[in-house]
Amino acid sequence: MRHFLEFEKTIADLESKIEELRHLSDGDGISIAEEVGKLQNQVNKQLKQTYERLTPWQRVQVARHPNRPHSSDYIKNLITDFTPLAGDRAYAEDRAIIAGIGRFRGWSTIIIGHEKGVDTDGRIVHNFGMARPEGYRKAQRVMELADRFQLPIITFIDTPGAYPGAGAEERGQAESIAETIRSCMSVRVPFISVVIGEGGSGGAIALAAANTVLMLEHSVYSVISPEGCASILWRDSDKSLAAAEALKITASDLLGFSIIDRIIYEPLGGAHRDTKKITSIVGDALDEELYELRKLDGDTLKKHRREKFLNMGRANLI
Amino acid sequence: MSWLTDFVRPRIQALVGKKDVPENLWRRCPSCDQMLFHRELSENFYVCHHCDHQMRISATQRLEMLFDDGEYERVEIPKKAIDPLKFRDTKKYSDRLREAQTKSNELEAIVVATGLLGGLPVVIAAFDFDFMGGSMGQAVGEGLTISANIANEKKAALITIPASGGARMQEGMLSLIQMPRTVIAVEQVRESGLPYIVLLTNPTTGGVTASFAMLGDIHIAEPGALVGFAGRRVIEDTIREELPEDFQRAERMLEHGLIDMVVARRELRDTLIRIISLLIKKTPDDIEKKNFSSKLNEEAEKNFSDIANEDKTIIG
Ligand SMILES: [Zn+2]
Repeated sequence: MRHFLEFEKTIADLESKIEELRHLSDGDGISIAEEVGKLQNQVNKQLKQTYERLTPWQRVQVARHPNRPHSSDYIKNLITDFTPLAGDRAYAEDRAIIAGIGRFRGWSTIIIGHEKGVDTDGRIVHNFGMARPEGYRKAQRVMELADRFQLPIITFIDTPGAYPGAGAEERGQAESIAETIRSCMSVRVPFISVVIGEGGSGGAIALAAANTVLMLEHSVYSVISPEGCASILWRDSDKSLAAAEALKITASDLLGFSIIDRIIYEPLGGAHRDTKKITSIVGDALDEELYELRKLDGDTLKKHRREKFLNMGRANLI
Repeated sequence: MSWLTDFVRPRIQALVGKKDVPENLWRRCPSCDQMLFHRELSENFYVCHHCDHQMRISATQRLEMLFDDGEYERVEIPKKAIDPLKFRDTKKYSDRLREAQTKSNELEAIVVATGLLGGLPVVIAAFDFDFMGGSMGQAVGEGLTISANIANEKKAALITIPASGGARMQEGMLSLIQMPRTVIAVEQVRESGLPYIVLLTNPTTGGVTASFAMLGDIHIAEPGALVGFAGRRVIEDTIREELPEDFQRAERMLEHGLIDMVVARRELRDTLIRIISLLIKKTPDDIEKKNFSSKLNEEAEKNFSDIANEDKTIIG
């Protein structure tokens, strides 16, 4: 069942017409190919127009789209011999962050990603992609593993934020995020992050302090959710739209600030319309970027990563 | 409890009316509502002697309290944080900044200073909560990286004193990247083998806690200080439960193993001196040396030995 967003009404109507026609043709065998083709062209035109000029708030909707490919989809389509690793070796296994080792185009690689889950049960198991300290501590452990065996790290970023729970606080949510960032800054291996959906605040950047940060065209990456920002600064949660504009959370905004390194363009109508295609596009981009990073030795990679962040945004200061 | 504190003060307050109490003479304790004589308050490190409430103090008051003889040298941090996003909510960010600057007489929410603490060279980066909630944007992040660089250069210990609501939303992602930036900064101090101490004050939350403030060699917190990541209300809305009164308070965080000690303001200076001394004066001989490892002192020693050598040549 396809899920349509509020601004996709025309597209939804056209696609349901196509469905109806197909249904009719099943019964009496009348050829409806021509009519379907026409409608499909209209759909494509509408998709192009709509997705070419998505507002920041609409992008937030797309980034959170329930059919948008998740970390598990990228792993399924890009990684062979994937071997999941579990647990922080201290308290629990947190499925909001999935991690493991596998082969990316033949190269043994460490993969870490937030996972939101697909259906209702999955979302609960993965806690909607909101990690607890154990998830971040698992990420640290796996990054150390990458460092010890000199394996590149790929992370997929897709979280509303770290989980705001009482237990999470008392087990050191803040400390776990801080230490994970330190792990990111310490490893001597190629490290690439891809913001595939929602890059939500500290819980996102904990896994994204990488040598190269890629971002999907309709993903968002923000210091706070537009809803949270609206309720704090505007004292009105209905101002999310204005907050989404003001916060500059789109891929092109962030490329402009050099906070990300590259935009990955999505198939017509967004990544959620073609999982196969977007995962292969992302695979090619990762391959290109890893090829460049593999030329550098471990110490240079670490130094490069630190200098990149230290220099970020400095030009804005007087 | 004396006759004076319990009886006379409230009466004076009643007599002159709340608004007429001169700022410089009296201050109301926000916790127990008692009127406190300003001079006594400053002698008591701005802690209410009725209820032990730790009053909010400015970054410069912190520095005066900690450095030897209250003397320190301020380090210049970038003069102006421009408004990179041209951010506007109900007000322009640039206007909010200007207001905060006028109100606080500071350019940003952080003050960086160098000086001696128990004769030991230290760099202190202290937050001003009154400046836009001590929020961390580019200038604050830069202040922290500068303080770390100076600590490395001067071979000094680094002390950070956060008091912050977290990232400065008005600078968008440019504020979020201060998390990795400040993590790198303090990590470099640790890699130099210099002590890095965090003094957590009320409140320390959000992206500030989740970066440099949780990576100290030693974590000290002031009594009652709120230290956490997510805000209380957000957590209550998520778990649909009311949280206990002491949730995220220093004493509870101590029990949960996230900080080393809760130290009253009166004891802070001595505690810091003792800890730094224990970490760097490693031998009985080190204890004898005065102004240990201060750059000035090294130069003085070098000059002295040069002179001694010259003397020898003359004699020899
Ligand atoms: Zn009081």
